[in-house]
Amino acid sequence: MTPAATPKDALREFVDNLKAAPRRLRDTAFRTGPPTTDRTRSTFVFGNVFLHLHSVRTHLWSLKWSTTMGLGIMSVSAFLIALVTGVMLMFYYKPYPEAAYESMKDIHFVVPTGRLIRNLHRWSANIMVIAVILHMARAFYTAAYRKPREYNWLMGIGLLVVTLGLSFTGYLLPWDQLAYWAITIGANIAQSPREVTDAVGITEVFDPGGFQRLLLLGSDQVGAEALIRFYLLHVMILPLAIAALMGVHFWRIRKDGGMVRPDNAGVLLKRARQQETYPVFTEAPVKTYQLAAVVRGRTANVGRGPENTVPSMPHLFYAELGVLMVTLLICLALALVSDAPLKELANPNVPENPAKAPWYFLGLQEMVSFSAFMGGIGIPAIVLLGLALIPYLDRETEGTGQWFGGPGGWPLVRLSAIFGLAVPVVLEAFAIRFGWLREWFPEIPQLVVTIVNPATILTSIYTLYSIWCIRRFQSTRAGALGLFTCFLAGFLVLTIIGTYFRGPNWEFFWSPSDWPKH
Amino acid sequence: MTTKSQPPRSRLDPEPLPRRDWLGLSSLWTMGAALLFGVAGMLKLPKAAVLASPSKKFRVALPETLALGEAFIPPGRAVAVFKDADGVHALSTICTHLGCVVKTNPEGFECPCHGSRFKADGEVARGPAPQPLPWLKVSVSGGVVTIDEGATVPAGTKVQA
Ligand code: HEM
Ligand code: FES
Repeated sequence: MTPAATPKDALREFVDNLKAAPRRLRDTAFRTGPPTTDRTRSTFVFGNVFLHLHSVRTHLWSLKWSTTMGLGIMSVSAFLIALVTGVMLMFYYKPYPEAAYESMKDIHFVVPTGRLIRNLHRWSANIMVIAVILHMARAFYTAAYRKPREYNWLMGIGLLVVTLGLSFTGYLLPWDQLAYWAITIGANIAQSPREVTDAVGITEVFDPGGFQRLLLLGSDQVGAEALIRFYLLHVMILPLAIAALMGVHFWRIRKDGGMVRPDNAGVLLKRARQQETYPVFTEAPVKTYQLAAVVRGRTANVGRGPENTVPSMPHLFYAELGVLMVTLLICLALALVSDAPLKELANPNVPENPAKAPWYFLGLQEMVSFSAFMGGIGIPAIVLLGLALIPYLDRETEGTGQWFGGPGGWPLVRLSAIFGLAVPVVLEAFAIRFGWLREWFPEIPQLVVTIVNPATILTSIYTLYSIWCIRRFQSTRAGALGLFTCFLAGFLVLTIIGTYFRGPNWEFFWSPSDWPKH
Repeated sequence: MTTKSQPPRSRLDPEPLPRRDWLGLSSLWTMGAALLFGVAGMLKLPKAAVLASPSKKFRVALPETLALGEAFIPPGRAVAVFKDADGVHALSTICTHLGCVVKTNPEGFECPCHGSRFKADGEVARGPAPQPLPWLKVSVSGGVVTIDEGATVPAGTKVQA
């Protein structure tokens, strides 16, 4: 038999293949060709594992700026920026007490672009906290937590906790005075259940506070063990946890039928944007029905037509990319004008005065200055529990998908905001001017101070107010609107007082320029 | 035959239990048990049997010039040592609120972190601290004072040289 091809032919084919390699590489990566028609746009999305976290078509309501304000994507974007810059910082950072401080100084002053990377990491972390809180507020005010999104709201609470955990663990790593004393205070907050067990006299047999602190620090003081633990949490455990939670969060959004929208979204959209959509089934749909048996009547999109939707590629993806770029721009601008702080090396014998936690914990620190246990553990636990219960206590449907939707609406939110701002201001002013129980009755038992202090009174007043809202409007949503608005307002007031009006010895000052020199 | 009279089984009907063979169930249960014991074991790992902390006992010579009732802070320690007519005593200067180191002031001690104040005997005068500053175990031989930061004694215990 003669060979099918002469050696010369095979060589030629090889050269041809070599020339065609780039094109073929592209074809195998993007199997369905460029996304230029509705059909190829769809195949473009569901042929790609990352893009297919989104559905192939997006409702016009979801694309409205006022629906999400891009805040969720902004949170992810800030997280991604922190992830990339964080990995870069790890090239130089050494998690051992004095070495950690030295390596931070190196990164800041010696490593080329080190300072910019460090600043970007700090700022993206701060932006992430702000974005997550605002995103939660928007999910709340548009009543997006309602059926079928209850579970995703819970995932959101998990994300909030892990986000704060990431920020807190990162705060120790520079091992400077700020870091050391913030973590000392934090670890002792973990130990503060002792305030109660001591008062009741059972610490000897039952000491959850001491155990928590030991778990966190790995020792009975903030040292090398604590630093390694915080490092491990910061670069491994919490990022993995947040990635897993985000995966569930995004997947759920799809399964819950995309962004929340009012029942009459189509009608509301008609006026503005009808001309942008057109019938989808202009040609016979190519669709497999293998899943039909599984999905019958279960997921949110079954039985719904594709009206008022547009292809996610490019409409949604370009909007998301835009938000990412804006976030990057904000972080970059802040990183260029403002350096991340680095104080003196940690000194376990002389506290920073005042020793302040990161700004988003200063509201907590303000409450902690009344009672360690209530301010640091009790009230935060009540708040988280309250947030988690919202979707299960408010089962109404009026106003879903609309800003401040539901009975009471915007006027109630405005009233609650004023009320929510005024109460903590009055309580704080009183406590600052006249002191609190211990100053009047020096012998008072600790348990009384733990239970009756400005922070617990504030929480009780907010709760009573929300019950009043439920009765006044005969609506659980109204109660939720009142309580959530009060919670945001209280957080704001306490954070501002802690940030701007507390000086050395945690005393009240009208401005930092009044602080005594020492 | 009885089987003929039964309607055909649909793929949408739940499968009868026998199909869940013992292999599946036993692997589920063993996995559950392994997880339980594994997690219980791992919970012990973060708590070392011996803590990596320096010795809490130290010796220090009080300066000759130390006035009666004036606090002496041994360098690098969170302890205040006093000497008066009744003897020597030492107080921890770690705030019982959230662990900042307190400074002495004319009335006693003040904490920089959340403004707790303590009297000279360690009692809480104001602020959020839930407990008085603990008195530490002291022993005196010659001019040298030995202080154990890990052991407390009842308030008012003073030791003669
Ligand atoms: C790391 C933190 C978080 C990330 C990265 C994140 C990301 C996202 C993204 C990208 C969306 C799509 C819509 C949008 O952009 O607004 C979304 C929706 C949603 N998020 Fe989050 N989120 C986070 C935290 C939270 C928190 C703290 C909550 C509330 C407790 C929450 C509750 C929700 C809900 C209920 C939806 C569905 C909204 C709707 O259907 O309109 N998320 N999230
Ligand atoms: S640590 Fe001393 S008052 Fe808080």
